Amino acid sequence: MNVDKRYRYVYKPLVFIGCLTPIAWLFAGGFGVLGQSLGPDPIKLTLHTLGKTSLNILMLTLMVTPVRHLAGWPHIVRIRRMLGLFAFFYALLHFTVYLVLDQELDYVSVLKDIAKRPYITVGFTALLILIPLAVTSTNRMMRRLGRRWQTLHRLVYVAAILSVWHYYWQVKRDVREPLVYAGILAVLLGYRYLRRARSRRAVPTSRSGSATAPERI
Amino acid sequence: MARTPSTRILPSDITPPEVFFNRRQAIAAAIAAGVVGLAHEEPASAASSALKYTRNTRYSVDEAPNSYEDITTYNNFYEFGTDKSDPVQNAGSLRTRPWSVVVDGEAEVKGTFTLEDILKPHPLEERIYRFRCVEAWSMVVPWLGFPLGDLLKRFKPTSNAKYVQFTTLHDPRQMPGQRYPILDWPYVEGLRMDEAMHPLTLMVTGVYGKVLPNQNGAPLRLIVPWKYGFKSIKSIVKISFVQRQPRNTWNVATPHEYGFYANVNPAVDHPRWSQAKERRIGNGFFAKRIDTLPFNGYADQVASLYKGMDLRRYF
Repeated sequence: MNVDKRYRYVYKPLVFIGCLTPIAWLFAGGFGVLGQSLGPDPIKLTLHTLGKTSLNILMLTLMVTPVRHLAGWPHIVRIRRMLGLFAFFYALLHFTVYLVLDQELDYVSVLKDIAKRPYITVGFTALLILIPLAVTSTNRMMRRLGRRWQTLHRLVYVAAILSVWHYYWQVKRDVREPLVYAGILAVLLGYRYLRRARSRRAVPTSRSGSATAPERI
Repeated sequence: MARTPSTRILPSDITPPEVFFNRRQAIAAAIAAGVVGLAHEEPASAASSALKYTRNTRYSVDEAPNSYEDITTYNNFYEFGTDKSDPVQNAGSLRTRPWSVVVDGEAEVKGTFTLEDILKPHPLEERIYRFRCVEAWSMVVPWLGFPLGDLLKRFKPTSNAKYVQFTTLHDPRQMPGQRYPILDWPYVEGLRMDEAMHPLTLMVTGVYGKVLPNQNGAPLRLIVPWKYGFKSIKSIVKISFVQRQPRNTWNVATPHEYGFYANVNPAVDHPRWSQAKERRIGNGFFAKRIDTLPFNGYADQVASLYKGMDLRRYF
């Protein structure tokens, strides 16, 4: 099988199934099948699982580029769009569960939360940022936006920082896990910063071919 | 509901715990008890032994209590981990016998007392109380215990005793959560003397007719039903009569979020979330948010304790 076929028929379906596992688990727990249970407070567990899954997939999305460079797997970028869309999908479900199940569609209370409670303000902003990125993720939009597409999609870094911040602020006291996410994000963003700084310094001499080749989507 | 609104749910109407367990859970519990029993060389029955008690309907609410399973698997007890499901998984390492309680400070009778000494004179009563967590969820729990005031009187506090301070066991080998400085261990809580002597304030040793499981704060815990749950300190090893207001653990951790009084108050929000409503645990995805009541519905009995106080300032 050539690379195209491997991605189309093996890797992408596997990533797709992997990304659906958390929601399948929630359904199993919700309906009590396979011995799963969501415990005494299923609304909170669902809310937290969806949020955490969104964050996890967002981190994976940001790992694609470093893995591509460091492992020398140029084609892995083909799964990036799917990962990014799943991160958005779970963020949207996370907000929907908050709105419908947690707040029982009490719009006044939700608007107050968004305005008054910094961790919700920050999380909601991250969700808003992801919307244009999801909308412009199609091949057509990429062609239409050209160079601006990449500039626009750098907003994902802002969304990632806000998401980790949202998690950190939401935790009552035990910040160990949010700090792990902050650490991972720092490495992922730090890698990009260092690479950029290095390639800038390299510009006056010669652009080394593979290192700075434009992203192939 | 089939009942007319005026009909109280009598404690005798409450489904006995053995009915709450379906067979599968009963078998799982038996296996778990057996495993714990072997590991600690204790009789397996110790964890589930029945207690003698009378039902106190005067101080019980007429709301349906949560299931034994909800009450004993959904716990905030950071000494055993910060997830709600951690305490039930990790609290097996706590040894509640032998247990002793140190009494010190502004009292005539002081010293170290065995748990048996502490409990002996006090007949147990069952009281069905609302329980409101500061995280905006709530339960209804049939506690077994006796009035804290009856215990404190035995130590003959002096006129210098303005507050009473409680301390939880500090032993990271038994309480693995204490291996990390998430809170400033040991956990400390306190009450004003009049709050401690109030007839609603309960020393608890059991739930649902049985000995309190470790994850619920065995062998001895406090229940102050008109305050947020974190005031109701668990696994108490020390009672001190003091002149000055104790520095309670959550207040030390985050002073702008958690006060000393911690009276349930829908009008004063936590800085990060509203306290106007609460979710009653136990109805799955259909659990409704209900209005939180001032002093958790016990205002008639306790509001007078705080007459003239600015409850926004003394939150």
